[in-house]
Amino acid sequence: MPNTQELQDLVVQVRRDILRMVHKVNSGHPGGSLGCTEFFVALYNEIMDLKEGFDMDGKGEDLFFLSNGHISPVFYSVLARRGYFPIEELDTFRLINSRLQGHPTTHEGLPGIRVASGSLGQGMSVAIGAALAKKLNGDDHLVFSLHGDGELQEGQNWEAIMYAAGNKVDNLIATVDRNGQQIDGATENVLPLGDVGEKFRAFGWDVMHIENGNDLDQVIAGLKEAKSRTGKGKPVCIVMTTEMGNGVDFMMHTHAWHGKAPNDEQLANALAQNPETLGDY
Amino acid sequence: MTKYTDQGKQDTRSGYGAGMTELGRTNPNVVALCADLVGSLKIETFIEENPERFFQVGIAEANMMGIAAGLTIGGKIPFASSFANFATGRVYDQIRQSIAYSDKNVKICASHAGLTLGEDGATHQILEDIGLMKMLPGMTVINPCDFNQTKAATLAIAEHHGPVYLRFGRPKVANFTPVDQKFEIGKAVMLNEGTDVTIIATGHLVWEALLAAESLENQGISAEVINIHTIKPLDEKAILDSVKKTGCVVTAEEHNYLGGLGESVARTLTMHHPVPQEFVATHDTFGESGTPEQLMEKYGLNNKAIEKAVLRVLKRK
Repeated sequence: MPNTQELQDLVVQVRRDILRMVHKVNSGHPGGSLGCTEFFVALYNEIMDLKEGFDMDGKGEDLFFLSNGHISPVFYSVLARRGYFPIEELDTFRLINSRLQGHPTTHEGLPGIRVASGSLGQGMSVAIGAALAKKLNGDDHLVFSLHGDGELQEGQNWEAIMYAAGNKVDNLIATVDRNGQQIDGATENVLPLGDVGEKFRAFGWDVMHIENGNDLDQVIAGLKEAKSRTGKGKPVCIVMTTEMGNGVDFMMHTHAWHGKAPNDEQLANALAQNPETLGDY
Repeated sequence: MTKYTDQGKQDTRSGYGAGMTELGRTNPNVVALCADLVGSLKIETFIEENPERFFQVGIAEANMMGIAAGLTIGGKIPFASSFANFATGRVYDQIRQSIAYSDKNVKICASHAGLTLGEDGATHQILEDIGLMKMLPGMTVINPCDFNQTKAATLAIAEHHGPVYLRFGRPKVANFTPVDQKFEIGKAVMLNEGTDVTIIATGHLVWEALLAAESLENQGISAEVINIHTIKPLDEKAILDSVKKTGCVVTAEEHNYLGGLGESVARTLTMHHPVPQEFVATHDTFGESGTPEQLMEKYGLNNKAIEKAVLRVLKRK
């Protein structure tokens, strides 16, 4: 296990990767990616029990599904720096003939990706299926998933939430990135989500909160706590409050950077706030 | 002409159920999902014998498709079943992204396709599903003709890696294919050799095509009858070999002529060997309530309609 300083260095480096990736192609989604950087770094480097290499079936290891596929930059950066594919490949993000499509896909054979996502609201169902397969296989590893809060406006989520509780899918930890923002503005203005945790609880989930999803220690502690709650007859939901654009001052406290890339000057400013730690790709 | 005997009317959905029963006993990776239609899909025996391998998802087809996709991760072979309308159009994007684009080994098994579900009416009578599903890259589309062939197809798709749409129906229809006939995905079945016209049929219309061919024979017209159970990938060689001999074709399907088997055949002919073609299909319309026989008569999908189409196409040769 890496120590906390090494993980902090990785967080800063992943932020740089995200910013440089979206800047190069002048497209992509930096806001949500930056908000979930600590979560991804913790999950892949501290929390999940992972095998070496990659195979689609993922037997004998923990699995992760990204439902809000638009935050692919953070996913790709963390996968690359965990060794799933060469870090240099991050430079091909969103380019023609790349394995790093705008939204994650299995179609180009990128190691680490087990289902396509991007059309929202589908990831929880897939995660439930994978969790059920683990139970059938007698595999006691866990399935993690991440969902945007705005994404919960898609009705399929509530079918899945109802199913998971009703069928005691207790090897599943679904985290909701509660950044309160979506493309058209604040979630509570676009279509109010209300108390997300209470809604999951009403459906029969074991619900916990990570109050500051951009505090690495809190994220690690929260995910460890969630793991300890699995296997007890209920799926586990983490409502994780994050700040969109975290780590870059002018990208925070706004939904403006949901799907917008920085220009040259903005990139320089953002990178200056996040000095190189482990080496740029 | 080659004689075919109805071994006793049965529904194709029961062929699916029989196939699932056998798969439950022979393939431990096969799992079944259903959205509150267990009785209609005839999978009670599979469930009774393999309760741990059955997932009742309730009236939530979108979630069912996603769960099916997830179950493949870990080596399961999910058979996700519902009515054809709710297993395709209702959940098209779930199938597109989580199954087809993700190359998941999911079998979408759909009963009550077409007009012949009868009295429930157009809300349940999908006539667009073949088109929807064949347009998805990598999707195999199969529409077997009777009980025996539906059972054989159910067994065959378990051995095929990749997403499959298996379409069948509600009413009891003639069961005439050999009980032990091996099902080869993408391989047309020659039912009757002829020289004047080729009738290419799929699903419930195959038996009707045989009845039409018999009647035509009495009028001195020699009809070749081909059962295209697999609409995608299409057996283009079988089609082209036949039309090179007969010089004209009638396609017959319980589906809209837009997007169905007929259009796939037309594309093949246009590319390789253009000949006159007539379409026995619904013509860009919804269905309505009625008995299956009344509906097939009203919408022109029975042996009489095929016969008339043959007489029309022969004049265009």
